Amino acid sequence: MLEKNKAHEAVNSAPSKTDLAKLCTSPRCRIEDSIAKIDATGLYYRDLSLDLRHLVHAGIKKIELYNVCGQRYIGTSLKGDIEITISGTPGNDLGAFMDGPKIRVYGNTQDGCGNTMNSGEIIVNGSVGDIPGYAMRGGRVFIRGNVGYRAGIRMKEYGARIPSIVVGGTAGDFLAEYMAGGTIVLLGLNLEARQFHKSMHVGTGMHGGRLYVHGKIAGLASEAVLEELTSEDLSRLQQLVTDFSRHFRYDPAQILDREFYKICPGSGRPYGGHYAY
Amino acid sequence: MLKSYLYPEFYVERDLNKCIRCKVCVRQCKYETHKYDAEDDVIISDNEKCVNCQRCVVFCPTRALTIRKNPVAYKENFNWTQDAIVDLKKQAETGGIVLTGMGSSKQNLAYFDRILLNASQVTNPSIDPLREPMELVTYLGSKPDKVEVNQDTEAISLHTKLSPQLRLESPIMFSAMSYGAISFNVHQALAQAASEFGTYFNTGEGGLDKRLYKYGQNTIVQVASGRFGVHKDYLDVGAAVEIKIGQGAKPGIGGHLPGEKVTSDISRTRMIPEGTDALSPAPQHDIYSIEDPSQLIYALKEATDYRKPVSVKIAAVHNVAAIASGIVRAGADIVAIDGLRGATGAAPKVIRDNVGIPIELAVASVDQRLRSEGIRNSASIVAGGGIRSSADVVKILALGADAVYVATAALVAMGCTVCQKCHTGKCPWGIATMDPYIAKRINSDIAKERLLNLLKGWSLEIKEMMGGMGINAVDSLRGNRLALRGVGLTATKLKVLGLRMAGD
Amino acid sequence: MDLSGQRFGSKDPVNAIANMHDRGNGLGGGFAVYGLYPEFEDEYALHIMYTDMEAKRNVEAQLERWFDLLKSEEVPSREANVLDPPIVWRYFAHPKRIHSTQSPDNYVVEKAMRINTETGKAFVFSSGKNMAVFKGVGYPEDVADFFMFEEYQGYMWTCHGRFPTNTPGWWGGAHPFNILDWTVVHNGEISSYDANRRYLEMFGYNCTMQTDTEVLAYAFDLLMRKQRLPIRIVSSILAPKLWSEIDKMDEQDRELYTTLRATYASLLINGPFSIFVARHGEMIGLTDRIKLRPMIAGTKGSKLYISSEESAMRLVSPVLNRCWAPRGGEPVVGRLGSSQVQCVLTQEAAVC
Repeated sequence: MLEKNKAHEAVNSAPSKTDLAKLCTSPRCRIEDSIAKIDATGLYYRDLSLDLRHLVHAGIKKIELYNVCGQRYIGTSLKGDIEITISGTPGNDLGAFMDGPKIRVYGNTQDGCGNTMNSGEIIVNGSVGDIPGYAMRGGRVFIRGNVGYRAGIRMKEYGARIPSIVVGGTAGDFLAEYMAGGTIVLLGLNLEARQFHKSMHVGTGMHGGRLYVHGKIAGLASEAVLEELTSEDLSRLQQLVTDFSRHFRYDPAQILDREFYKICPGSGRPYGGHYAY
Repeated sequence: MLKSYLYPEFYVERDLNKCIRCKVCVRQCKYETHKYDAEDDVIISDNEKCVNCQRCVVFCPTRALTIRKNPVAYKENFNWTQDAIVDLKKQAETGGIVLTGMGSSKQNLAYFDRILLNASQVTNPSIDPLREPMELVTYLGSKPDKVEVNQDTEAISLHTKLSPQLRLESPIMFSAMSYGAISFNVHQALAQAASEFGTYFNTGEGGLDKRLYKYGQNTIVQVASGRFGVHKDYLDVGAAVEIKIGQGAKPGIGGHLPGEKVTSDISRTRMIPEGTDALSPAPQHDIYSIEDPSQLIYALKEATDYRKPVSVKIAAVHNVAAIASGIVRAGADIVAIDGLRGATGAAPKVIRDNVGIPIELAVASVDQRLRSEGIRNSASIVAGGGIRSSADVVKILALGADAVYVATAALVAMGCTVCQKCHTGKCPWGIATMDPYIAKRINSDIAKERLLNLLKGWSLEIKEMMGGMGINAVDSLRGNRLALRGVGLTATKLKVLGLRMAGD
Repeated sequence: MDLSGQRFGSKDPVNAIANMHDRGNGLGGGFAVYGLYPEFEDEYALHIMYTDMEAKRNVEAQLERWFDLLKSEEVPSREANVLDPPIVWRYFAHPKRIHSTQSPDNYVVEKAMRINTETGKAFVFSSGKNMAVFKGVGYPEDVADFFMFEEYQGYMWTCHGRFPTNTPGWWGGAHPFNILDWTVVHNGEISSYDANRRYLEMFGYNCTMQTDTEVLAYAFDLLMRKQRLPIRIVSSILAPKLWSEIDKMDEQDRELYTTLRATYASLLINGPFSIFVARHGEMIGLTDRIKLRPMIAGTKGSKLYISSEESAMRLVSPVLNRCWAPRGGEPVVGRLGSSQVQCVLTQEAAVC
């Protein structure tokens, strides 16, 4: 019997603030100073997600999750000015389709972090898995450690909506594949002297957006070119590095002191010549 | 000569409003179809002579010409077809064998059109060849059953030595077309295109003109029954040597280059008197039994110091699987199979259309037979005979071939319109002719560009199809029958092809 | 895997795989356990499933002819949330009457292939010594429940939850796949399956389990056991380097990798995959060369963990000494008795 459509009760009306304690299905949920704290041990992701929706609907703006271990889609379907702090290892698709909230993770995340994110912020004190920021449309992701394969794949931008991903460490292959917009910053802070990013096929299919990189890259795709940073690039980089440093307690001046170069698309139509008649 | 009872196959339609009497058509046609009548200032066309090669149509600057098929005047008859009646009348006139050129045009013989390809969805992602690596590199030659390495301490070094191989950037090669059947400029274009692209062209049975020796690294030199142009330098210059035992268009019979096409260049290359017919005997006269190919194969390996792979080309006939097995055991590094729909410069029509089996069935049974005998690794299979598109290439690779030979496709790329008159030596496109006046119509550089475009275009398409199937290396397509399904085929046909029915 | 060889119980493996419950659809789950039968260390522990008693009788008659059976018993089980369980028995066996030119291992492989192909109603789950494969149609935690895992201890466990698509879920089709003491669990789909299968058939391996993963077990047996190739070479065969990389190598390396690719072209495993391969004393994790499936590794003390998701590792060991994401096509190897986990050819992206 397929259980995929197991019904969950709809959230009908906002319960009164006095009923806040009854909002969570999790037995280990309490509210202190308007901050909801949930111990997610053994909690199924759908139940956790329902709790989050109930809490947000009731007006809670700050939520702390403990002992998270593999629950997916945390932050998905949430809108607005919410802050979620996670301790543990969230599961796949953290903040997928998210629109507005700010999530902070103390630990590593898995695949799909920020998948098709619309706006908001994800800050990870650790590393992330594969395809972070896939099809990202807006918002910012800051990662202290490394990203896996295909980071920022298919990122987009329009007008002032420019998503960004800032990576403190290094990246796997196919970084910025298909990139159509947005900004990725690769800081290489954990690279030792004369080491380089082992990433191959960086920027395949790139036709928009930009990367600011410190540290040599092993394999650049033919669609991408290296350039110097313009003054506009520099100010954008400065802003992102400053925010990154604030989140993880680095000295921004020290980071910005290093050499950066830009990777951007060689052409807007890299495959125009491939088709006939 | 008896009177011909035949009417013209084609007729020329000229739009007199558009015709500007530039006489390009008069000059271009080698069959003397068009004549300019100065008195009436008009161009008259003799329909008897037209073979529908489309040369005048393409070159007419005002597009005034259309060649139409003369509608069948005979009463409709599916048994006594127009074709059957016409051939019979030709024979009654002449008492000779009706000759033709190119490959069989009969309907219902192309199994490619009943085979469909897979694409990956959901369970397996399709791969985008423009952005992710997609590998077509192919090595042809004998492979060992295993590789041995030396492992002392940390370093691992190779112990096994691979036997000589051909490396192809894409699994497409130009098949054998003899110098004499086609002009020097065409041979040169094939050599140059193969060289620039990273594949090979086959000299065919007419030897190799010395001016093309510089492309030797991308040349497969053929040793056919007439042994034309076969000498030490010739064997040394090629990257591989191919023994021609048969040809798909005319299994069982030899080659025939009419005296008209034996010019001084041909005389020099083939070492036969000018103007005589160049005849290749039916069998190789030192191969009368299964143990003989082994002798010839090793003779050639000795003559080339064991530095080159030796290929054996056979026609696809009824016991092709057994023959292929024997040839592999006889020491061949490559088995080239030429199917029923393969083309030729000249062959009896009745043999071209009736003798042999389609390449799809041949490859399927040879590949399966070699595997069940455990010897599939000992030789690569190259398939030819009417490969028309990149889809045909993908299908034949999935049936079990390592690479394909194309010839008709290459000629079409250079201008050929498959009018089937190669044996007359009057090809107005300058391809199947040795007449120096018209052979000039092929500019090697331009022809080479067209061939390169063919190779590039097909390679891109093959990558798209492979990507669609979720594979990124041609190694995973080879022999992968599950990538194919049959449609409109009986259970027996599916069994021979080793395929499942679409939907199954 | 506990690299020191210390055996441990099923709690951690089962909890870890259960944490990834949503990756499967309940139509397949399975485990391989190594070091399970120390009292029968030298016997081949044949675990065979039967769809009916007649099949069992027929196969047992053959087993009597082929082997000396020290012990034969039904594998203990209880009612659990699994679908249509077959009869599963285990036999501790010594080959009988072997030809002098044949090794006992090859003898057992041949007999296992015969059982799998001859009846259509009996299939060998595993044929190695001092190890076993338990698998079936149900979520892995339910399969563990069915086979009463509380009793078992092993120094190495591999676990798998299946989401079958191309072929129906059936007891023989769950992972791990096995030949002798090789087991393979696999995430992904092998798009080169038919090319791989038809190559392996030339060497006497018959694919009968209707699942693409089967070719991996046989490929490892052929390359590592029969041809004695080291893991570094084997991963270069299954997940080879791209020609664009090979063409840039120095001459010696170029010749090595070209020879490997040309010879073993039909064993290139195409399609996304992440596999965990195990045999006594060794656990190997490998992904396809463009890493389309996830794989992450971690160590804590003498324990090595390899998983599709980090959270599964963290559940059983919240603190890890090392935690990293291996590169596509480069194997992670754990060896018994070795305190270092070899990350062959890889610089791990050290994280924690």
